[in-house]
Order: sequence, then C-alpha cells, then structure tokens
Amino acid sequence: MLNSNLKKLLFTLILSAAVQFTYAQEKVEMADGLRSSGKIYVVVGVLLILFIGLFLFLISIDRKVSRLEKENRKD
Amino acid sequence: MKISWWKILCVILVLYTLIGGLLFDVPHKKILNESIRNIYFHVPMWFGMMVLFSISVVYSIKYLRNPSLLYDIQASAYARTGIVFGILGLITGALWANYTWGKAWSNDIKQLGAAMALLVYAAYFVLRNSMIDIDKRARVGAVYNIFAFAMLFPALWIVPRLVESLHPGGAGNPGADPRDMDARMRFIFWLGAVPGFILLGIWISTIIVRFRKIEDKNLLHA
Repeated sequence: MLNSNLKKLLFTLILSAAVQFTYAQEKVEMADGLRSSGKIYVVVGVLLILFIGLFLFLISIDRKVSRLEKENRKD
Repeated sequence: MKISWWKILCVILVLYTLIGGLLFDVPHKKILNESIRNIYFHVPMWFGMMVLFSISVVYSIKYLRNPSLLYDIQASAYARTGIVFGILGLITGALWANYTWGKAWSNDIKQLGAAMALLVYAAYFVLRNSMIDIDKRARVGAVYNIFAFAMLFPALWIVPRLVESLHPGGAGNPGADPRDMDARMRFIFWLGAVPGFILLGIWISTIIVRFRKIEDKNLLHA
C-alpha cells in the first residue's frame, strides 16, 4: 500500500524533473552577469548565515522552554 | 529540546529553498526577471498563514465542543503566528509590487483581500484582549475565530477571481498559473518552500503553546 504510493510519488518526481528540459526559453535579460561574476553566492552565503542563525536561535528557545517544562514537572 | 523529525525536515527544506531558490535556473520572463524567485519566499507566507489559521479554527471548534483552556491557548497561538506570516507576506508583496507593478500598493483586489483578512484576524485579538474573564474570552474568541475563518478563503481565493487582478491566476484561472512556474520551479515551491515554511510556522506556534502552558499552569490544572 505504502510502497505503491511511494512508487507513484517517485515516478511523479522523476517525470516532473524530466519535463523541465522540454521548456523553451526566450531571450529575456536576467542576472546572468551577477551569477557569472560569482557575487550571487555572496548573497546566498549571507542568507544561509542569517537563516542558520535564526534556526539556532529558535532551537535555543525551544531548549529553554523544554528546560522550563522539566523544572515545572518536578514541582 | 524535543528533537522531532519534522523540525529537522523544516530546517532542511527551508535551507534547500534558500539555495535552490536563489541559484537554480528559472524561466526568463519580461518585467519579472530574477524577481520571479520571490515566488519561493513571498507565496509560502500565505500558504503558511492559511494552514496556521486552519489549525487555529480546528482548536476553536474543539474548545466549543469541550471547553478546556488548553484548546484556547492553542487556537490563539496558531492565529498569532498566522498573523505574523500574513504581515510578512503583505510587506514582501508590497516590495515586490513596487518593482514589478510600479507601485507598492495598487489597490489590487488580492492585496485588499489579504489586508482585509488580516484586519479580521487582528480584530480577533482586539476582541480577546477586551475581556478579562478567561472563560468568556475563550468562548467568544472561539466563536469569532470561526466567523473570521469563514471570511478568510473568500477574501483570498474567491473574490480575487471575480474581478480583474494584477496577481497571476486572476479571472477564473488557478492561482498557481502553470505559465508562470515551470516544472523546476514547482518542484522547489511545492516540495521545499511551502512545506518548509508551514513547518516553521507550526514550530514557532508550538513553542508559544508550550510557553503559555507553563505560564498558565495554575489555571490549566485548576
């Protein structure tokens, strides 16, 4: 049951990945220059640092609440 | 910390969205240009908001069936995170619109609908905080939440279809217009961005709930 669902999902994923190559592209100006000069990776880096930082913050809050929960159970 | 599989999944999906959303190839469109990537970040806010408000109304209905303060705490926590997601969606949408539609706010029907929905939910908290009696606040809040939810989907999905809109998918077409997103984009959007940000919203909400449970433990165990 689960297996056939999983197969269906995998099949869908593979198909949708295949479809992507069939799309034709017209000439529209994009930030290719930004990409080729490598600066876009700086932005990606900044965002990764930001989000990893925010996640660490969230995890630390989560931990603090867990500790409070434990202390409260003792009382 | 309760390390749950879905929290790990949330971190992975959001970081995947950040990398894939910024670096993978996107369709080349006039006017939109690279700003098409905002779909990965702006739109999940709305999906997150809708899911969070849906969870909130479920807890409100549960409260009305079985008046336990815990349900009220859950309903208000999810509504609160939902509002935050909605406000972020509105601000990011205005920024995006400023550079593609020419104006941050062009009274587009979907902008108006979203603003209206947020005001309806803001009123939920105004109403709640206007009552000191916690049982009364919970009951009236739960009833109001159901009415607010009844407003939510017409304001975001139905009314924008009936009139002209700058948003894609206006005038009777599906919201996620296949002409705007190709298969690659849909892959990151539906499998990375949307579930990732929904899980993030749920994560934040559960922390608020756990905190409130400690704060109100005397009331909960009374």
